[in-house]
Amino acid sequence: MSSDAQALHHESFVLNVGPQHPATHGVLRIKLTMDGEYIVDAEPVIGYGHRMHEKMGENRSYAKFLPNTGRLDYVAALFNGHGYVGAVERLAGLVVPERAEYIRVITCELNRIASHLLWVGAFLVDLGGFTPLLYCFDDREHILDLLESVTGSRLTFCYFRFGGVCNDVDDNFIAGARAFVTSMRSRMPLYDAFVSKNIIFRKRCEGIGILSAAECRKYGASGPVIRGSGVAYDVRKLEPYSVYPQLDFDVPVYTEGDCMARYRVRIAEIVESLRIVEQALDKLPAGPVMADKVPRALKPPKGDCYFNVESARGSFGVRAISDGSENAYRLKLRSPCFSNLSLFQECARGMLLTDALALLGSLDLVIPDIDR
Amino acid sequence: MTEGMLMNLVRLLLYLVGMIGFAAFNAAYLTLLERKQASWMQLRRGPTEVGPWGLLQPVADGVKLMSKQLLLPRDVDVPLFLLGPIMVVVPPILCLVTIPFSETVVARNYNLGLLMIFAFGAVSTFALMLAGLASANKFSSIAAARIVAQNIAYEIPLLVIVLSLVMTTHTFNLHTIVAQQAGGFWHWNLLKLGANPLMPVAFLIYFICLLAESNRAPFDMVEAESELVAGVFTEYSGMGFGLFFIAEYVNIVVGCCLATILFLGGWHCPFGLLPGLHWFLIKMYALCVMVVWVRWSFPRTQFYGLLNLSWKYLIPLALANLLLTAVMLKLF
Repeated sequence: MSSDAQALHHESFVLNVGPQHPATHGVLRIKLTMDGEYIVDAEPVIGYGHRMHEKMGENRSYAKFLPNTGRLDYVAALFNGHGYVGAVERLAGLVVPERAEYIRVITCELNRIASHLLWVGAFLVDLGGFTPLLYCFDDREHILDLLESVTGSRLTFCYFRFGGVCNDVDDNFIAGARAFVTSMRSRMPLYDAFVSKNIIFRKRCEGIGILSAAECRKYGASGPVIRGSGVAYDVRKLEPYSVYPQLDFDVPVYTEGDCMARYRVRIAEIVESLRIVEQALDKLPAGPVMADKVPRALKPPKGDCYFNVESARGSFGVRAISDGSENAYRLKLRSPCFSNLSLFQECARGMLLTDALALLGSLDLVIPDIDR
Repeated sequence: MTEGMLMNLVRLLLYLVGMIGFAAFNAAYLTLLERKQASWMQLRRGPTEVGPWGLLQPVADGVKLMSKQLLLPRDVDVPLFLLGPIMVVVPPILCLVTIPFSETVVARNYNLGLLMIFAFGAVSTFALMLAGLASANKFSSIAAARIVAQNIAYEIPLLVIVLSLVMTTHTFNLHTIVAQQAGGFWHWNLLKLGANPLMPVAFLIYFICLLAESNRAPFDMVEAESELVAGVFTEYSGMGFGLFFIAEYVNIVVGCCLATILFLGGWHCPFGLLPGLHWFLIKMYALCVMVVWVRWSFPRTQFYGLLNLSWKYLIPLALANLLLTAVMLKLF
């Protein structure tokens, strides 16, 4: 009570949102200095879920770090794996068979759809609407079943290996993925009617939490956040990797910069990802899924490289420095959520609590990805 | 004389037990209805394990809530904190006293019944605010401040609408209001376009205010779980927490009863056949289902959106409605 009385004199008070709060989706703490319901300052406090993944990457062999990648951004775990194996392959000069690259793209894009679906549901829960979450989970379930059939897990995937993938896809998977593309396309009008056209949803998103392109650039925001502010920044187009150059897809960009733009970008990305999956399934070549002669104890030559992938949340980068031994000398993980969160402090100032939490939700943060 | 008094006392006791039983039953089974209806809307099954078709789930919930410890956080204002839930739950139960469920089933037929319901309704909301302030929790305090603004914003259009109805019916007695609507559905106040062509709009305003007054989504600023954790309920546990929910559901029942009486002809059949309690209950529960339906279809509004809706649209509309009623009354 004494701290409350003190705060009354200053006409502002500190509100702790988190580490356990329904709007933070994990152990993120935001120290809000409030003037009534207006936010004077919002200071994100992170590190509650810090597990020293980067250090762990330095004191164990390359292969032993692979399962850790699934624990960074566990909602879109395949991208982390892709970034890490991509960096090590570049370091070791491994050539990945084309079939494996196609399988990587197919599974990653399926993972992106699953991640965006989860976001749509969770964002609506942030706004107080519970029902869409269950519809999203219904569709996401099909993807998880598909991915489980090839990767063996449903959330923290560890599917990619240096030089390929550990399991070839079978006909069941291909047929299932095709069926999913069809069913998901038929579901899109439902989401449109249920969510996009909902009057309260639009009131809560349109013109709320506007991020300018300059602010996004300043804090290194990427992914749907920057694409919702009118910048067509997509690693798949700008620094093409894997077999993305051979596939035809668009980068959805909206210029409004508000929560609605970020929502629309993600919905459009689901449609684009469906296109990518469909094309990749058509073009899927026959052949091996692992490169020949990848040594069991991988010792990449001395070197320093950076590999960037477009994860569901933005640009996920891995910098790996090898000193020629079995362990990486340094492993740096560039997480999209960390940069996307960092702009929150500046942008939340002067906003109302309700709107600021809508903005926070629209950034699509996965807290273990921030903390690493 | 003494026999008459005794009969009166027995009658009073029976009604008291009946009202509390009705309120408790509704609070319990509306939670089940809510969970079942939500699950149908959300591609799932809802409670299925306790009893056949989950029918005993409310009993299990009640036992669970009662077996929990009532926690008293260190800084709370103890008397207010304990009084809060009780003061929230008693007024809506008292409101049921004057509701005419049928021609004969009415505990106390007050001449100012309508006024009494609104008087007690206001007590309930302010008790919620007190509970929030007594919690000594920032989230609860913010919610308490919101309740005051919300209550003022939505009590006005609600009362203005009811006032226009009182003007057309010339009475505050709920029994008389229903009796005036005898006959088919075209006699209902909802369709009494001769008295006021805006009657359906008035009903819509009443329904929106009902959602806001009973703190239901999309206007559930009191709870607002993704912003204010659990709003004024944050520090409450066990049955203290449970009482708030009983109050919420009884408030819905009272609001829906009132809508049935004021607009939908109370116990009268839409086709003039077999009037009675059953028609009242059918209409009332249909409205309850609508309240639940709205909750699971919409996200929450912003707080200022809520106030804007009231001050910019509902209050002017309600006032226009009042003016129109007065003009029509003078003309015809």
